[in-house]
Amino acid sequence: MKIGVLALQGDFAEHIVMLRRLKVEPVEVRLPGHLKGLDGLIIPGGESTTIGKLAVAYDLMEPLRLFGQRHAIWGTCAGAIFLSKDVSRDQPLLGLMDIKVERNAFGRQLDSFEADLDIPELKQATGTANPYHAIFIRAPIIESVSGEARVLSSVADGRIVAAQQGHFLATSFHPELTDDTRFHEYFLSLAD
Amino acid sequence: MEQQTGTFAVKKGLAQMLKGGVIMDVVNVEHAKIAEEAGACAVMALERVPADIRADGGVARMSDPDMILKIMDAVTIPVMAKCRIGHFVEAQILEAIGIDYIDESEVLTPADESNHILKHNFKVPFVCGCRNLGEALRRVGEGAAMIRTKGEAGTGDVVEAVRHARTVLGDIRRLTTMADEELMSYAKEIGAPYELIKETKELGRMPVVNFAAGGVATPADAALMMQLGVDGVFVGSGIFKSGDPARRAAAIVKAVTHFQDASILAEVSKNLGEPMVGRNISQMPESEKIAGRGW
Repeated sequence: MKIGVLALQGDFAEHIVMLRRLKVEPVEVRLPGHLKGLDGLIIPGGESTTIGKLAVAYDLMEPLRLFGQRHAIWGTCAGAIFLSKDVSRDQPLLGLMDIKVERNAFGRQLDSFEADLDIPELKQATGTANPYHAIFIRAPIIESVSGEARVLSSVADGRIVAAQQGHFLATSFHPELTDDTRFHEYFLSLAD
Repeated sequence: MEQQTGTFAVKKGLAQMLKGGVIMDVVNVEHAKIAEEAGACAVMALERVPADIRADGGVARMSDPDMILKIMDAVTIPVMAKCRIGHFVEAQILEAIGIDYIDESEVLTPADESNHILKHNFKVPFVCGCRNLGEALRRVGEGAAMIRTKGEAGTGDVVEAVRHARTVLGDIRRLTTMADEELMSYAKEIGAPYELIKETKELGRMPVVNFAAGGVATPADAALMMQLGVDGVFVGSGIFKSGDPARRAAAIVKAVTHFQDASILAEVSKNLGEPMVGRNISQMPESEKIAGRGW
């Protein structure tokens, strides 16, 4: 299986390390031609404004939307914002997922945090019982889901931090910053 | 479910989000907006860019918190600010206003000529400068969650940035070929913590994110640093001391993403107007160089 990682800006190298650990061939995607032959795509964490501007500048918006019609895409943090339909401000979005996102919803860097999450789908898909330890960096929340999108996980106060819509996945947190490969395995099952 | 803030993973994590990006020095809200619009992944808020600090002389200190707060309000990307080497109270003040990252920087006048800040004492993450692996790992040992090679700030001459990046990355390459029993004596030789030497060898890279800084003035300079193997680039005076800052800033952002694609680099290098005038480092007296600050 070949999985692309959008490599415009952000922690794409961390996703590539995870994919290699799972014996998947990673491909860095910077231009539309790089999407050819891929089975799925990860949009990494980073700055969503930077990633959006570079995607527009290099004509990636439509090719990415077309790619999403047939293939799995997972966005972590900035990637989740980029996948969303609405972020309450003017910046380039793919609009592939029926989710509304609020940027930096927990606050600034001093409010960045780690927490254990209970994600039933993940436990079921990977046959494991332990909670998922998640790292949130100036993280967005998923304010609301609509249409086909459904909630995968929330933090203790009920704010949504992971959602799925068919073969699209959005997480506010960064599985690529941990040693836990379960989320990547879950995504690969969607891409298969 | 308990939430833990200020952990090392979280501090290092923000730097990981900045990778493949450009962090730009800005001195006011207008510059900050230009930088964000150009695609900067973060901005460094300071009262004077290094080229002006050099020209003005005198003592260079932390910037006015009010000026920093205005920039934090004006943009959605992370905002960094500088404190003097060893000046932990300036750092406490920057943490109190909620800054996203502190640069304990040789560009400002050092406040302590023997010790750096014990950065583990803070919840806010720090980035520090280095010229070689020993200096980098001493800073990580003190708690820095991100490293940048120093270069020679405010000159527009990339030669020192290249020297420092080559030294650090070359030190790491040599370390990866050493036998495990040689590591303690190497730790002694370069004055770095043994555990971090071991970790660096195992990882085959710096244990935290490593940017280049100090003298980057063109898209080609930025791509050069990326091809040498750094994770991203700081641009200080190079943007707002040039003829067309918005255009140059956007071009440098593109050059860092497409650092291996010479045809894109050629495209973004066109018609950028005047670069910053710059100062040739080989003609600069030793007393004017600032990269030597840091211990």
